Amino acid sequence: MEKTWNNKAWFMVLPVLILVAFSAVIPLMTVVNYSVQDTFGNNEFFWAGTDWFTDVLHSDRFWDALTRNLIFSGIILAIEIPLGILIALNMPKKGLGVPVCLVLMSLPLLIPWNVVGTIWQVFGRVDIGLLGYTLAALGINYNYVNNVFDAWVTLIVMDIWHWTSLVVLLCYAGLVSIPDAYYQAAKIDGASRWSVFRYIQLPKMKRVLLIAFLLRFMDSFMIYTEPFVVTGGGPGNATTFLSIDLVKTAIGQFDLGPAAALSLIYFLIILLLSWIFYTVMTNSDAQS
Amino acid sequence: MARINLDHIRHAYGPNPKKPSDYSLKEVHHEWNDGGAYALLGPSGCGKTTLLNIISGLLQPSEGKILFDGKDVTNLSTQDRNIAQVFQFPVIYDTMTVYDNLAFPLRNRHVPEGEVDRRVKEILEMIGLSDRAKKKAQGLTADQKQKISLGRGLVRSDVSAILFDEPLTVIDPHMKWVLRSQLKRLHKQFGFTMVYVTHDQTEALTFADKVVVMYDGEIVQIGTPAELFEKPKHTFVGYFIGSPGMNVLPAKIDGSSVDLDGQKVALSFAPKIAAGAKTELGIRPEFVRLGREGMPVTISKVEDIGRQKIVRATFANRPIAIVVHEDGEIPAEPRVTFDPSAVNIYADSWRVGGEA
Repeated sequence: MEKTWNNKAWFMVLPVLILVAFSAVIPLMTVVNYSVQDTFGNNEFFWAGTDWFTDVLHSDRFWDALTRNLIFSGIILAIEIPLGILIALNMPKKGLGVPVCLVLMSLPLLIPWNVVGTIWQVFGRVDIGLLGYTLAALGINYNYVNNVFDAWVTLIVMDIWHWTSLVVLLCYAGLVSIPDAYYQAAKIDGASRWSVFRYIQLPKMKRVLLIAFLLRFMDSFMIYTEPFVVTGGGPGNATTFLSIDLVKTAIGQFDLGPAAALSLIYFLIILLLSWIFYTVMTNSDAQS
Repeated sequence: MARINLDHIRHAYGPNPKKPSDYSLKEVHHEWNDGGAYALLGPSGCGKTTLLNIISGLLQPSEGKILFDGKDVTNLSTQDRNIAQVFQFPVIYDTMTVYDNLAFPLRNRHVPEGEVDRRVKEILEMIGLSDRAKKKAQGLTADQKQKISLGRGLVRSDVSAILFDEPLTVIDPHMKWVLRSQLKRLHKQFGFTMVYVTHDQTEALTFADKVVVMYDGEIVQIGTPAELFEKPKHTFVGYFIGSPGMNVLPAKIDGSSVDLDGQKVALSFAPKIAAGAKTELGIRPEFVRLGREGMPVTISKVEDIGRQKIVRATFANRPIAIVVHEDGEIPAEPRVTFDPSAVNIYADSWRVGGEA
């Protein structure tokens, strides 16, 4: 078959190209541009090669922040995924309870992130916050401002409160799509509650769980607003995640070169880890 | 294996049923003999599946009791009733192998592994999936999956009854025959009580010793295939069983003679009919004789279906179907007579006995 070449076709894709160029490609290329040069303002640039990358990869600051990120994401995934499944399993399947539960579950997801941070910042304050004050009144020494452990607990509980709903809603969507016949057959076959979960519900939730896992991993790995509002990265650097560190470097210290290098490394880490998770999880699917 | 008694069962899906029309299942009072093969036949939405789910315990009846071998099981769970049920659409456990799928109901009941292996291999042989035993059930075709569902229903040897809810809907016609005769053989061999729900009359008539016809939440007739054909108790049975169904014509009854819009037919008995009842005459197309004598008809269409012809005609201002042998002649001035022994009289849709 003879192909028709018509250069006018380019006009059709042009709007998308322009949009993507401005929203993604150009900003990303500026970052690449900064990461290999040194600048002192006035639009003067000096070639720096891979110096900034070497610097970042050799700094303790980077590795410490990365470790915090990994620990944080690990903890919240380990809690939010099972908790989300558990809540979804116990949500009503029909009746008035369904809309009520769905709305209640969606509420935390609708709150802007900095507001979530502010809510918990106030909530945890020992002088006026409900949580902080109550704990203090109970004789528990809780202070997220100067205790590392308390700061971490606050951030983790906040993230669970904020994001478990997402896992719940995804799992719930997976659960309601299971036809009744499966549960009936399981009863006939004499399956235990655990068997029903293991052989019917979990396999049917697999796909949505993969999405939930990836979304929660990426989001938690990029967390910025909430810890910034609640702890500001402290006490000390105890809750300084890569994103907070990045902003400190770029805007606080105005070290654009190292910040750009850090951005690219950060981006590649998320990309790499997401790709690994995705491959591992879909591979186990393909084998079965 | 058990005898199953349904003691005045009624079921409504909505709360507080009052009118008869609130009930999806109107009163059912019936005994299923131990080791019998029954078919529940009826159109979609007539309550067949409801009745089946009540027997298996997936559904609690609004009223009435269920007894297995005289023991009240109404409040027992499905597990405790020891019932096997096969559903309309395949239910398989995706992550398990074909073998494990079949072993699942046995292992859940802690059957020794040696016995599990023996039973599963036997069933695998029967459904023809032995070569796939170690494969995951996920990648199978719809009818292979349904065979696994069927196999899971048959794998337990100690069940009270096996219930089938239109199990062969997704299976292709040739395989249907094979599986159905295997079920029949299995029934003969082990004597399970089997209840088979279907809306396909051929399936019902070939599978069962006794066919239970349901219509609008009620059992309208229980009988052998021959009884259903010759003496339909309700005009619905006449219409539903047979192809084409029974001709039902509005009739005026006067003693032992019937007036069909001016055409007189003599009966061999005088039906007793309550005053004001709607009376009808039913005659199967197979028992209408087409010839040169009798009452006049107007033929509108002749359908040749191979071994016989179906003549569509107008008789006494009503459409009527007549079955004619493939080389039976169709006269130019056609007339019909009714085989007197095959004429049924209905009052308010229910058959009025004369000779019975």
